[in-house]
Amino acid sequence: MEGSVLQAAAVAGPPVVRLAGVGKRYANGTVAVQGVELGIARGDFVSLLGPSGCGKSTVLRMVAGLIAPTTGRIEMAAGGHASGDIGFVFQEPTLMPWANALKNVMLPLRLAGVNRGEAGERAAAALASVGLAGFERSYPRALSGGMKMRVSIARALVTRPRLLLMDEPFAALDEITRHRLNNDLLTLWQAERFTAIFVTHSVFESVYLSRRIVVMAARPGRVVADIEVNATYPRGEAFRTSAEYAAHCRQVSEALHRAMGE
Amino acid sequence: MSVSLSANEAASAPVENRERRILGLTAEGWLRILAPLAIGIVALGAWEWAVRANDVPSYILPGPVEIGRTLVRDWGTLRVSLWITLEITFAALFVAALLGVALAVLFAQSRMIELSLFPYAVILQVTPIVAIAPLIIIWVDDIRIALLICAWIVAFFPILSNTTLGLNSADHNLQDLFRLYRASRWQVLRRLRLPTAMPYFLGGLRISGGLALIGAIVAEFVAGTGGRASGLAYRILEAGYQLQIPRMFAALVLISVTGVVIFLAMTLVSHLALRHWHESAMKERK
Repeated sequence: MEGSVLQAAAVAGPPVVRLAGVGKRYANGTVAVQGVELGIARGDFVSLLGPSGCGKSTVLRMVAGLIAPTTGRIEMAAGGHASGDIGFVFQEPTLMPWANALKNVMLPLRLAGVNRGEAGERAAAALASVGLAGFERSYPRALSGGMKMRVSIARALVTRPRLLLMDEPFAALDEITRHRLNNDLLTLWQAERFTAIFVTHSVFESVYLSRRIVVMAARPGRVVADIEVNATYPRGEAFRTSAEYAAHCRQVSEALHRAMGE
Repeated sequence: MSVSLSANEAASAPVENRERRILGLTAEGWLRILAPLAIGIVALGAWEWAVRANDVPSYILPGPVEIGRTLVRDWGTLRVSLWITLEITFAALFVAALLGVALAVLFAQSRMIELSLFPYAVILQVTPIVAIAPLIIIWVDDIRIALLICAWIVAFFPILSNTTLGLNSADHNLQDLFRLYRASRWQVLRRLRLPTAMPYFLGGLRISGGLALIGAIVAEFVAGTGGRASGLAYRILEAGYQLQIPRMFAALVLISVTGVVIFLAMTLVSHLALRHWHESAMKERK
């Protein structure tokens, strides 16, 4: 199948994460995912795309080490599971309401024992890098949805992780804000050179962002297609309206429909 | 390409509600003070009028003016008693807050501890204090300590149960985040669970403030200790025996005012602690 050929092409060098026959069955007997074989190349931008219930979030949480697989194993590159080496962005901003933006971003550093002064400086730099310079003292309730998500991204990046995991981070935002954050995320990805795994249910978002799209199907959750998006970066608004973009969207859309049995 | 905030995002940030203020208070704030005040003045006026018009003797029902006069005349004795009652109330509240939080933290460490100890906290709460106060007064030699224990028993439960609830209410995603960064038990407690429990604790404190006062008064009634060093409850008993009803009312007024002041103080503490982030403190601005 075309997927396996392209996957081989994408994985250059040792993978950052490798999932070998990974499955997850919950205590109530539900099989969330089954037999997932997946290698993520260093520096890649990979989207996990699929309908709700296909286990894409479960895969992400297993990679993060938040839940353990019931079958198979997950191999991380050396040093891959140390604290601060993985950043995680949740669907909700998940900020501490009692702390201002700076203190929220400082959290991962403070938990790792970095002293207050250095953590503050690094957190301020991370906030500036997501476009929030000047909002250090703002509390989450005074920020818009997009700004809160920016704080959340700054917090995930403040430890300079090698792997950034994102679980439908922009799903709750309006379209203008989402496009803007998509662009900013790509800019950060090119500047910081982390590996990104991005969970989404939007075909358009996955094509716009990723170099590789892993399509998943539900009942049981499994990988059904692996598609490469070989458009060059940086991608801007021109890419959104190009024929190339439309062709990729069609291709991914068809794979998704096949996966859902239509 | 550089990363910057879009005008769209900045514009959709919530705007602080800025109402016009008169002498530092909003129209709503003034209404909140003036409306009950007006009702109070009307009611006191009616009371005074009824007492005078019907020539009610002061040992049956004194008018507000006479109560006020008694309050001023007997202030010397009443002040000492008020101070003693306040001491017991605040000591009990302090110990209740300290032990309540400490026990709640202990409960939060393991479900096992919580399940085995919580029923006893409930038993302590539902046992009527009037019934066990005599026992405590017999068992404990120092009457001040006995009163303190009684007030503490009444005040302690709301703090314990609220704080326990708060410690167990931490956001699941935030818990995952702390786990991702390998936070220790202590770090999770200090940086996540205690801040989450703060509004719950303050809610408990607000209830316990009033209860500590009631506990102290009830225990004083039961103890019935005489002498100079006794609280407001004893002044009420004493005035009753001597048929000095105006003084009884004056002591009663002091107790009510104290209760209201404690409630307002706890509300202020709660507002100051939560004003930056919690919904309950933000509503005050609307």
